[in-house]
Amino acid sequence: MLAPGTKAPEFSLSSTPDQKLELSQLKGKKVILAFYPADWSPVCSDQMALYNEMLKIFHKENAEVIGISVDSKWCHLAFSQDRKLHFPLLADFEPKGAVAMAYDVYDATLGECKRALYVIDEEGIIRWNYLSPVGMNPGADGILDALETMNKK
Amino acid sequence: MAKLKPAVSDKDNIQGNTSAPVELVEYGDYECPHCGRAYPIVKAIQEKMGDKLKFVFRNFPLAEIHPHAVNAAIATEAAALQNKFWEMHDYIFEHQRRLDDASLIAYATHLQLDVQQFENDFSKTELAQKVDDDFESGMRSGVNGTPSFFINGEKYNGNWEGEEFLDYLQSLAK
Repeated sequence: MLAPGTKAPEFSLSSTPDQKLELSQLKGKKVILAFYPADWSPVCSDQMALYNEMLKIFHKENAEVIGISVDSKWCHLAFSQDRKLHFPLLADFEPKGAVAMAYDVYDATLGECKRALYVIDEEGIIRWNYLSPVGMNPGADGILDALETMNKK
Repeated sequence: MAKLKPAVSDKDNIQGNTSAPVELVEYGDYECPHCGRAYPIVKAIQEKMGDKLKFVFRNFPLAEIHPHAVNAAIATEAAALQNKFWEMHDYIFEHQRRLDDASLIAYATHLQLDVQQFENDFSKTELAQKVDDDFESGMRSGVNGTPSFFINGEKYNGNWEGEEFLDYLQSLAK
């Protein structure tokens, strides 16, 4: 993974069928990048569903959460509507996994993003990273600790 | 390893021997089918372990996917004000498919709560706040889905549906 202190690589990915999101648009905010293998994991243990419930807490910290997987924008749209997600899911679809590769969290054997988290500061610098064991939803305690530590500086 | 934050206190709903050697904390959602499956499992464990086990339930409603989960949680806290938290907790898990407000009030009636008082308490912001606080404590403790269990303050990542759950708990009671 990219080490804390590294400048977060810029990207521009589809957030909806007709919109793109660039990392630089979020300058001035903390950004939580959540790379995950695939849409449609079981509901009650789904990482994105969990972060969806936490938006209030993240916003209090001036942080935005963004999910990234190799699923297409149409798949993300259906998943997002089904789970009533209120934050963007980006499609790292073409060229497949290019952003995940830039962040060193692509699993070339499975052809999916690894389950990995980055917290980026207001200036676009990576401040925290975490690679989760396969099949394990990492929860949010690590993110919250990282956001708190950043506030102390 | 994820640790329970904050530790269990008298603000929690506690069942069993408060000075038991084993403390089991569940973060659960009343509308979650997995929590519904965990309910009889925990009951059986409580029966087997008797006064060796203290059980605590904290609320972790996933409101966006379970539209009744928050109100069901508030209903248990309102019942707690009439010392019937566990009665309501059990009754709700036994009737998980019907958790609309009218049903929750019917359950309060069935449990012989003072229904007028129950309805008044139901809309108190303190109770909604208690549920929110439970949720935030779960987030800070590393809850990653429901149900999540903490045993003596440490997150339990093993299987809770097999024998190993009881075996592990019993190994700590010795």
